[in-house]
Amino acid sequence: MNKKLTIALLGVALVAPLAIYPVFLMKILCFALFACAFNLLLGFAGLLSFGHAVFLGTGGYITGHLMLNYSVTPEIGIIAGVICAGLIGFVYGKLAVRREGIYFAMITLALAQLAFFFYLQAPFTGGEDGLQGVPRGNLFGVIDLEDNMTMYYFVLAIFSAGFWLIHRCVHSPFGQILKAIRENEPRAISLGYKVEQYKLLAFVLSASLAGLAGSTKALVFQLASLTDVHWFMSGEVVLMTLLGGMGTIWGPVIGATTVVGMQNMLASGPLANYIHVVMGVVFVICVLAFRNGIVGELQKLVKKNF
Amino acid sequence: MATFLGINLFALSGQLLIGLINGSFYALLALGLAIIFGLLKIINFSQGALYMLGAFGAYLGLNHLGLSYWWALLLVPLAIAAIGILMERTLIRPIANEDHLYSLLLTFGIALILQGLFTHWFGSSGLPYAIPEELKGGTKLPFMYLPNYRAWIIVFSLVVCAGTWYLIEKTKLGAYLRAGTENPQLMQAFGINVPLIVTLTYGFGVGLAGVAGVLAAPVYSVSPEMGSNILIVVFAIVVIGGMGSIGGAILTGLAMGVVEGLTKYFYPEASNTVIFLVMVLVILTRPAGLFGKPA
Repeated sequence: MNKKLTIALLGVALVAPLAIYPVFLMKILCFALFACAFNLLLGFAGLLSFGHAVFLGTGGYITGHLMLNYSVTPEIGIIAGVICAGLIGFVYGKLAVRREGIYFAMITLALAQLAFFFYLQAPFTGGEDGLQGVPRGNLFGVIDLEDNMTMYYFVLAIFSAGFWLIHRCVHSPFGQILKAIRENEPRAISLGYKVEQYKLLAFVLSASLAGLAGSTKALVFQLASLTDVHWFMSGEVVLMTLLGGMGTIWGPVIGATTVVGMQNMLASGPLANYIHVVMGVVFVICVLAFRNGIVGELQKLVKKNF
Repeated sequence: MATFLGINLFALSGQLLIGLINGSFYALLALGLAIIFGLLKIINFSQGALYMLGAFGAYLGLNHLGLSYWWALLLVPLAIAAIGILMERTLIRPIANEDHLYSLLLTFGIALILQGLFTHWFGSSGLPYAIPEELKGGTKLPFMYLPNYRAWIIVFSLVVCAGTWYLIEKTKLGAYLRAGTENPQLMQAFGINVPLIVTLTYGFGVGLAGVAGVLAAPVYSVSPEMGSNILIVVFAIVVIGGMGSIGGAILTGLAMGVVEGLTKYFYPEASNTVIFLVMVLVILTRPAGLFGKPA
């Protein structure tokens, strides 16, 4: 049934830009990939990183910098962005896995703030202005990505690849061990698993995929800015995952779609000035009454009634 | 000009003073976080927002109610503590038995709401708050000019920190709190009202953020974002100090303020990041924190 659902959704995604503004769809796809990457860490390894925006922002800055100044092709720009995000993920992960739970969250948040100040002062990021007018370039040197429709299918391909990779990870022995660590870490240690290495690998994977989302986002909006490395962005991805349902495959996608859609609607309505307040309220409601998220609650409902 | 080994002593002592003042705020906020963590095992992400609320409380009190600085210093922390108690009873208590990450997310949501509301009401530019008449002026010291209000911040926050330390380490109420930190079930069995102690502890912890907020109003401009920026630094300080000891939280807070001040003099580019770099060093060498017990 899951296979049919996936094929049906892919079909919808293929025709969606005929009905909906493609840039909006690309925004959703980028954030959905970001949230899926984050969920790999929170939902399956049980590690709450409160600084994931760093990896999104790093991907964007590196890709933007290369595209602007060295006119590389977009695939090179993206690969470089992913590698840099992964490297920072390795260093940050190495530090953060030494502590657990709440300390893990605080350490990742503090490390992310360190990176924020670095990007604020570093000459290649454009400071408060960010990198503007990033060219999308020609994919493999031949396919022009300036057209939004072409770009959309490129972004859809990237998202699908990233999503598939996460799906494979979760259902591999590696994913099972991650879940075992989440459920009962001392037992996983007693079974002989080197827990810290598994956590670190999950962290690097998650960071690289977040970087992939950031690189792609920089190409879509032709912009890389401090917004993407700010702690608020780290909070946003937590909300997307929590709202959609942590530890579910589709949860982050639904969550990202809901949050991005909500922000889009609010931005043009009377509540435009209250976006942070609304997000805060959604956070509180989710935690108090809705901890399984949209997908989690649906799964429970299906299990109960069918 | 007074120089020693090529160091400008005027500039250096000026930065040290600013460092000590920042350190006083770090100490008050870290102390509040540590007290709440000790008993509730949660990290209060809204501590920064409540600190901001304290500063706005002083500002609004002065401009709308004619409340003087001194009354604000007494009443605003009590009001913040009351808000905290309400928060604990209505929002945090219901999820006390869930994974503690949820309470982190809950308090993060509350922080977003508070910061969002105040940004909407007052804009993100800072509002001025005058130094109270009694503390205007300053004293001339050998190497520097010491403004009275800045001296007051350091003295008052040290008194509050020392008082809190005494209350927790040396009084019967403090003994209850420490016992609750060790084993709440056993204490409940001895007939002590643990839920009440938890509520009061939370109120006291956020009340400290209120004190810091009122103290900060005349030196920093009162702005909705003042809380989130300082809170992340305080998180790093809590990681550096470890949350095991009350005295450790106070000392680390002050020390990191001084370190930041020194960095501002010797290498200003790194002054924003030096505390985070110290945190990295501590994680590498003493993962449990300087005052924490290794797990």
